Amino acid sequence: MFGYIVRRSVMTIPVMGVVALIVFALLHFAPGDPAAIMAGDSASPAQLAEIRARLGLDQPLHIQFFYWLGQLGQGHFGTSLHSHKPVAEMISSRIGPTLSLAVTTMTFSLLVAIPMGVYAAWARGRLSDRLVMMMAVLGFSTPVFVTGYALIYLFSLNAGWFPVQGFTPLATDPVRFLQTATLPTLTLSAVYVALIARITRSSVLEILGEDFIRTARAKGVPEARVVLRHALRNAAVPIVTVAGSGAAFLISGVVVTESVFNIPGLGRLMVESVLARDYPLIQSLMLLLSLIYILINLGIDVLYMVFDPRIRA
Amino acid sequence: MKMSAVLPAARERRAGQWRARLRGNGLTIAASAFLVCLVLVAIFAPLLTSADPILINAVNRLKAPSAQFWFGADTMGRDLFARVVYGARTSLVVGVVAAGASLLLGLLIGLVCGYFPIVDSVLMRVMDGIMSIPSIVFAVALVAITGANLVTVLLAIVLPEFPRVVRLVRGLILSLRNEAYVEAAVSLATPAWRILLSHMLPNTLAPLIVQGSFILASAILTEAVMSFLGVGLPPEVPSWGNIIADGRSYFQLRPGLVFFPGIPLALTVLAINLIGDALRDALDPKLARRG
Amino acid sequence: MKLHMKMASSLLAAVVSTLLICVPATASELKIVMESRLGNLDPILSASHQTRDHGYLIYDTLFALDAEQKIHPQMVDSYKVSEDGKVYTFTLRDGLKWHNGAPVTAADVVASIKRWGKRDRMGIALMSITSDVSAADAKTFSLTLSTPSGVILDAFAKPSGVPLFIMPAKVAETPVTEAITNYTGSGPFNFKADEYQPGVKAVYVKNENYVPRKEEPSWFAGGKLAKVDRITRIEMADPLTSLNALNSGEVDYVQNINSDLMPLVNASKVTTARLDQLGYQISYRFNHLQAPFNNKLVRQAALWAIGQQEVMQAQFGAPENYKLCGAVFGCGLPYESDVLAEMVMKPNVEKAKALLKQAGYDGKPVTILHISDIPSLSSVAPVMAQQLRAAGFVVDLQAMDFMTMLSRRANQGPTTEGGWSIFITSWHNTEIQEPLRNFMIVAEGKGGYAGWADVPAIPQLTKAFLTAGSEAERKEIATKIQSIVYDEGVFAPLGSFARISGFGKDVRGVLPAPANIFWNISKGAP
Repeated sequence: MFGYIVRRSVMTIPVMGVVALIVFALLHFAPGDPAAIMAGDSASPAQLAEIRARLGLDQPLHIQFFYWLGQLGQGHFGTSLHSHKPVAEMISSRIGPTLSLAVTTMTFSLLVAIPMGVYAAWARGRLSDRLVMMMAVLGFSTPVFVTGYALIYLFSLNAGWFPVQGFTPLATDPVRFLQTATLPTLTLSAVYVALIARITRSSVLEILGEDFIRTARAKGVPEARVVLRHALRNAAVPIVTVAGSGAAFLISGVVVTESVFNIPGLGRLMVESVLARDYPLIQSLMLLLSLIYILINLGIDVLYMVFDPRIRA
Repeated sequence: MKMSAVLPAARERRAGQWRARLRGNGLTIAASAFLVCLVLVAIFAPLLTSADPILINAVNRLKAPSAQFWFGADTMGRDLFARVVYGARTSLVVGVVAAGASLLLGLLIGLVCGYFPIVDSVLMRVMDGIMSIPSIVFAVALVAITGANLVTVLLAIVLPEFPRVVRLVRGLILSLRNEAYVEAAVSLATPAWRILLSHMLPNTLAPLIVQGSFILASAILTEAVMSFLGVGLPPEVPSWGNIIADGRSYFQLRPGLVFFPGIPLALTVLAINLIGDALRDALDPKLARRG
Repeated sequence: MKLHMKMASSLLAAVVSTLLICVPATASELKIVMESRLGNLDPILSASHQTRDHGYLIYDTLFALDAEQKIHPQMVDSYKVSEDGKVYTFTLRDGLKWHNGAPVTAADVVASIKRWGKRDRMGIALMSITSDVSAADAKTFSLTLSTPSGVILDAFAKPSGVPLFIMPAKVAETPVTEAITNYTGSGPFNFKADEYQPGVKAVYVKNENYVPRKEEPSWFAGGKLAKVDRITRIEMADPLTSLNALNSGEVDYVQNINSDLMPLVNASKVTTARLDQLGYQISYRFNHLQAPFNNKLVRQAALWAIGQQEVMQAQFGAPENYKLCGAVFGCGLPYESDVLAEMVMKPNVEKAKALLKQAGYDGKPVTILHISDIPSLSSVAPVMAQQLRAAGFVVDLQAMDFMTMLSRRANQGPTTEGGWSIFITSWHNTEIQEPLRNFMIVAEGKGGYAGWADVPAIPQLTKAFLTAGSEAERKEIATKIQSIVYDEGVFAPLGSFARISGFGKDVRGVLPAPANIFWNISKGAP
């Protein structure tokens, strides 16, 4: 088992390398000029050239790439072109809201989606099953920002239950945190609930058709116990897999949700840095978000093995 | 002799089943009808409205819906109904072209990867790398760098999407390689391109069609999200995402600026996903049995 | 009259002291939201207005303008001009201290003038006729000119472009292409660098060492009294968000309320005002290096094709939200003129078509850099495109954010290689009100401001303006420049607008000014 984890971890290294190369290439073949952005509205061509030289932008590309990798290796992520703050500091100051949003979304989605999926599987073919599945497809199809604005319209503007936008950290004011985090969480959860409910339903259905379930039922095990203990437990593997691969949706969703609700998290930072052409920040964020994604998938593979020992073979 | 007699019968039975399933599902029918209508709207947009979707007329800015402006007018006094109607055209064209390009590119590279193990190990690492960058992040960064126009937006949708097709096709090819008839063809020294074209390609079509429908839905969504974030098609272009991006600051004053383009967008993606689900159930007997 | 003043000031003192006693021990905090993000923290390197307003919180200036646009000493106590008008000697007032308590010296001022003089347009002009700037002792410094000029104090007092903020000598020695990293100032507030989160918030606290002047505050002049303990600047990306936050009392002050959203303002909780009456000039420049605007007739055709009314109405809606103005140096300002203004004010499609025909315009596309992320500019380019097309131009409208525009604008190449034909921008009226500050008239060829017009008469006249002997002479020169600018198609104004700001009913003492200033503001029940 340990060997497997090591092997699986080593496999992520070339992937990270490819990601780094793509990110670097993407930003360095860009026609934009970070120096012009930095210099602002009234810089002279001579001042531009000086800034370019200072940023090392006049060096050959391969030197810039290896220099950049070396810096990354030492934990230097560069300095923002605009705020002149270290990129690492800017990212760490923005990670809180995104992390709390991810946690509330995950928790809420699993709490809602798994019962939904199990119920739909149990009530297979009935109207309630169809309704649940229809809701799931709807959640999956509605663009995150449309869901977000619909929720703001219903619950903030009409009902007045929640603030329209903004974010308060949990540590500052827990009540306010819940108020500001509810709508973004619901918005982000729509896609996630849909994904997990669907996979829960189909995996539970598949297991319900297996021989050992029939045996259990024949032995007179109560139906609830059959569904919950036997079926759901065996459906855990696909659910975990989908929850993990849904992390990609979560990361993309965060970018949009934070824009809709004006939450100062990593997603907003990504959009801001892109709009400001803050290249060192864009690079680091792309790398970081990809790394998170890769690590989540690594985690899933490991979990997968814990749940399903057959893979160890 | 016996085999060939049984096979067509089985195939016919299965085909009949899925035709019945497609027909039997009211939702799928409604979704198909909606999509047909949408395509008609997109094609005949100029007949539906005489207003020019990009003509600015400051006098009309932010007008409420009325007999003249069915959906009201936007921040520059452009007719919102016309913009939404022409937006259907933009969304469908972007979606279809992006899905088509992803499938084609994915199919080509997938066939190569699946059949030539030497290329495979290198190309698949690259694909893994691309797939490790969250697609919106990738798309947003790509457009930020290259500037927003139709080609770069298409590229930004296709690049993160096509590796998934590669992976699908490659998996199919790898399993097909072990089939008896392929092994037979190989042992008869049939050229690789011939095996790929006549034995393997036809078998990838069904899963590709299913995958294609999901890519279509996701491409339409991605275009809208990119425009919403301000890195999509030029704001003049009537696209549903652009209309929402343009109207979001006035949302509280005129919710229609967000909902008139937002609802058709959600319905379109929903319809395509429903049809995709139905197709998968119909084409994949293993999954179908469960439902 | 004098008695009244005295009574008023003693009354004010009484009110202030009661307020000070009544204010509870808890710290008062003012939460503000500005129109766009605070990016750069170096107010000399960056001419961004957000950076400038940050500068006014933490730095002080030598001179300052009051609401009548009269120049008053601020850090300076007194000054003398030699009889030949060539030597200015200044003495600093008592009690000036840096945030760390160290005294402000004349050496600090000299270093600050030198850095500013390498960056600000007016500063550079001033340095071109300055033979020496040096400190005589800790409180006295002097400026020696090679030619007398009537605008020295104007340059020291001007509030926009790059104001002459005074920094410690050690900070002011940073090269002008590099951003400063030490934010020590001598202004009414301290910047809390440890609490600064770019894109999220910036925090300022009251500077206990600050000794304000005794005069009443007016614009940037007079006593700059910090009346709140803490100012938190919160960044919000969306105008709707900031308005909602103001309505609900989550924030106290919002710099810009979109005029279309005025119906949503909760009038029982929020006061709205146009604090900055002078406002901004929106304008555009042609690229003189590349086709089609390398032809003077084509530039003139475009000037005739574009009209102000259509652009401003599409952008700002109701007429009270904008002003049409055909003057290069702004309307209601000293150098306003209407010479040749008809070229830029009303569209004349026939004239434009005739000029295009005469020029032999071949349908070469006009690439407009369209800034889509700044709410007060987002409708400008599409309307201009529509007007140019009506006159027979082929237009390629390229949408981008402001930052990309800056980067694209530096490209001198043809439009097929990432170049451009027209860019649009806006300047505060105090930044364009005379030739020495105005960037839009710059016509110094390839080394000059983007657009690279090469009209030697303009820099010559600008130089003459610097050394002109009388106001009448300056006025004449400015009018002459306007006629050349329009005839050559260097740039054209589109009109001006003033922002509506909003603040809570419990926020008192908000001062009108052509920048956002936060001294004199207090919070709490009356």
